[in-house]
Amino acid sequence: MQQHVSVSRGGAGQRGLVRLTARFGKRPIDLLFRGITLLFVLIVLAVILGVALVLVVNAWPTITRFGRSFLTNQAFDPVHNIFGVGPAIFGTLVTSAFALLFAVPIGVGASIFVVDFCPRPLRIPLAFFTDLLAAVPSVIYGLFGFLVLAPWLQHTGEPWLQQHLGFLPLFQGPIQGVGILAAGMILTVMVLPLIIAVSREVMLTVPTDQREAMLALGATRWEAIRYAVLPFSRVGILGGVILALGRALGETMAVTMVIGNQATKPSASLFQTGYTLSSVIANQFGEATPGLFFSAVIEAGLIVFVITFITNALARWLISSLERKGTRGVRV
Amino acid sequence: MSTTLHPFERNTANAFQPPPSALLIRRHISNALLIMLSTFFALFAVGVLFYLILYILRQGIPYLNLDFFTKPPAPNGEPGGGMGPAVQGTLILVGLAALLGVPLGLFTAIYLAEFGRGRLANAVRFIVDLLNGVPTIIFGLFAWVLIVVPQQTFSSLSGGVALGIIMIPIVARTSEDVLRLVPRELREASLALGATETRTILRVVLPAARGGIITGIVLAMARVAGETAPLLMTAFGSTFWNTDITQPMDALPLRIFNFTLSPYQVQINQAYAGSFVLILLILLASFAVRWFTGGFKRKF
Repeated sequence: MQQHVSVSRGGAGQRGLVRLTARFGKRPIDLLFRGITLLFVLIVLAVILGVALVLVVNAWPTITRFGRSFLTNQAFDPVHNIFGVGPAIFGTLVTSAFALLFAVPIGVGASIFVVDFCPRPLRIPLAFFTDLLAAVPSVIYGLFGFLVLAPWLQHTGEPWLQQHLGFLPLFQGPIQGVGILAAGMILTVMVLPLIIAVSREVMLTVPTDQREAMLALGATRWEAIRYAVLPFSRVGILGGVILALGRALGETMAVTMVIGNQATKPSASLFQTGYTLSSVIANQFGEATPGLFFSAVIEAGLIVFVITFITNALARWLISSLERKGTRGVRV
Repeated sequence: MSTTLHPFERNTANAFQPPPSALLIRRHISNALLIMLSTFFALFAVGVLFYLILYILRQGIPYLNLDFFTKPPAPNGEPGGGMGPAVQGTLILVGLAALLGVPLGLFTAIYLAEFGRGRLANAVRFIVDLLNGVPTIIFGLFAWVLIVVPQQTFSSLSGGVALGIIMIPIVARTSEDVLRLVPRELREASLALGATETRTILRVVLPAARGGIITGIVLAMARVAGETAPLLMTAFGSTFWNTDITQPMDALPLRIFNFTLSPYQVQINQAYAGSFVLILLILLASFAVRWFTGGFKRKF
């Protein structure tokens, strides 16, 4: 930024001197300071590389031993020395899909309300409230899920579903309260604020002129949103959804507390208990004996790391493609 | 079509007003339905989240007293006791995290806002953002492998390292935003007076951005104060007063986690009280950040 400042005072003879002293970033002290900030940046990059490296190195024994079958093996079995995260991957995917299935329409609908229909004085408190909820620690969502949601599901929710919709394989099997359904519901609530926040920010980048032009042509308010706002913000909303997916895939505490942590044979039932990749780590690290067991826990972490890294990279890329297009920057 | 009247209120005074066509009626019905749907979704989302927060606050308040902050947990099943060691432990852990996370985050922010240009800066920004999205348990795993396993004991030092790494992206991005808000004229004025680049940043830009940077740091601290997953395998938890950072240490979210799964009502009640304290912490930090960055005044 500083280099754009042009210095053109003084006569011809002075210019060189001025240049020497005023060419910013050339003095030793400035070079030193730049060097220090760059050093800190490099440390940050090294930390991230270090995390990846530590995970890969320590997961190496199971990576070489099991290869791809690690992804499908059914359990952590220290007795027979067979390790795998098959049920955990199943649980992770199902709970995240469940969460997005409900959180996306609700979240996008809610953000349309916040941006377009909401009474003006309510907008900022609503935005503040949803942002705040995105920051509530996950252990608190877990507490609510375990102490309130799971008992309610056990006594009211799941029996009702089984009685009325029991013919669907989704709602068959023993009722336990904790399980895939409870985890999916808690995840829905947890990713909602994120989806609302991103969609809201993205829709606010749509120029007002565009909306007004649509309305001036005689469109209804919904048509203005449908044809002038949503097409413009589709990519950004998708980015937000993928960001939420990353959050759901990696969520640890809340899921660990309500999913039951017992690997059952994967079936279509939402009532079964299960595992996710992160909850495997949280549950198994304590028993991990050096060797394959230890390495298996780390590999579970490595898989989470890689998956969330990819989803986040994709999301950021989509959102920043909006920023490149101009209008206003989206900060998430 | 050319009227602003609602299609269902026929303008009887104007005989030339054409009756609303079926298409127009359909468009307005779908308009009304979808507005209602979006309103309903918003009410639903806010309602659920509001209920959740209010429920926890209401359950927690009655069990919040002086003992909660000053006493260690009572033996299982016995009444009384508190979360004193956990509160102290969280303060120590967050302090350790700040020692690591604040300088790294702040200098990264200075680099990004003042010097960073081109490919490296974009890459750093991108990676810092990605760091923000990585599940926090991964950093717990990192500290566990690197510190706990070789030391053969859980320790708050390892917890502090894990939390510190989590703080970096939050501090870096909020500080970068605030630094960018500092008017360019201030920098130019300082440089024009002959100050060096270093002096300009340290004596002009940073002081101008101080309020925002501090609130960003507070927000990051509040955020990591609520982190549980990385502490499971690092600080681990303890029911005793402990200030030795090479030993296991309790933390508020860890204690909440343990007490939530407890079979004793006394402990469950204290878990609610602990959650109340954490939510309050986040609320205050968020308010502070909004206040300093002028978020309340932002125009939509």
